[in-house]
Amino acid sequence: MSLVYVGVLSHAPGITGRADLVKNVAVRNEFYEKLDQQRQEIETAKPDALVVVAAEHFANFFMSNMPAFCIGIGAQHTGPIEDPQWLKIPATTVPGHADLGRRLCTEIMQSVDLAYAEEWKLDHGIMVPLHFLTPRYDLPVIPVNINCQGPPLTPLHRAWAFGQALKRACAAVPERVAVVGTGGISHWPATPDSGKINAKWDLEFLHRLGRADKKALLSYTDEATYREGGQGAFEIRTYIAAAAAAGGPLRLQFYTEKLPIFAVGCTVGRFDIR
Amino acid sequence: MRGLRQASNSPDGRGLVSLYQLQKFLYALNRDEASKRRCRDNIHELLNDFDLSDEERTALIEGDIGLLYVLGVNGQILMHFAAFLGIEWFDYLELMRQGIRKHGPVRAGVYAMTGGGERFTAEERAR
Repeated sequence: MSLVYVGVLSHAPGITGRADLVKNVAVRNEFYEKLDQQRQEIETAKPDALVVVAAEHFANFFMSNMPAFCIGIGAQHTGPIEDPQWLKIPATTVPGHADLGRRLCTEIMQSVDLAYAEEWKLDHGIMVPLHFLTPRYDLPVIPVNINCQGPPLTPLHRAWAFGQALKRACAAVPERVAVVGTGGISHWPATPDSGKINAKWDLEFLHRLGRADKKALLSYTDEATYREGGQGAFEIRTYIAAAAAAGGPLRLQFYTEKLPIFAVGCTVGRFDIR
Repeated sequence: MRGLRQASNSPDGRGLVSLYQLQKFLYALNRDEASKRRCRDNIHELLNDFDLSDEERTALIEGDIGLLYVLGVNGQILMHFAAFLGIEWFDYLELMRQGIRKHGPVRAGVYAMTGGGERFTAEERAR
């Protein structure tokens, strides 16, 4: 078993970019502490690479050619695409793992039609997690995107299949691989409703992850998700892929809806790997 | 459900084609420094590369965030254009609300209003 860590965490540009506007400083600091704990857990697992399963935000792809899944197999990646002053994360180059990425891609393609990219621009969806999880940018990163943004969206059951394929691919390589899924649950980012969070809906989704309840996780329709969780909730695909990769239940380490300035409920969790 | 059907503002689907071009312009601008320089120097010339309606051209030239939102531009694209124009975050949110009040509901794309464009954060209310 070369899968040594699987977890989830929220991403949003406000988590770094609007940190100084937070009124609820104690909760913000607790969130940051949990992210640092996640960093420590990943480091303790001694991975050779970190696979970040994220959501496309038009950093690399547009509706001219939108893959359902894509993996970054370049030797390095650059980011953020956003104004560094706005995101409050300096522009940097992040090491990739071209050889491992290519082997994972090859294996995943046995069961899932996966696009690949040797050039990858990192946006806040990956840069914010990396800012907390590998702040020195010294851990090779293999980015993965799922189309959670531009309908027709990647079906949930395909996100699950992708996670299972990722698990099989990791088992076929000698390297130690850590995986995080990163997305929001309910949120309405970058719209007039930015800051709205449906905590009840979020917690129900997290409970389903906590039960490793595949049937319940895959039962959401896009219509209901949009109605209850906003367009940002389409990013549950990243959590579902991580759940399938882990195979075990989520142990929720942190959740709050009390940082709406971040425009997302803030989640940190780790899966049991089975 | 209008968002997932990528609702069009015209029966012949012209709105979808045009929204695609509108978002493509902003996508290119957001990620390409050369396009940003061209935009600052002569946005009219840059816009000639895209098949846009008069309303869309005007909205881009005037930096009308509210109208661009109502026309259906995805926020993950639009927020970068707002930053490019030097518009602060809370002002960006308010400009979209003003656009809805002035022009009506979002006409196309993934968005439909679900919360009335209210202010949701204590930080924003406190300003």
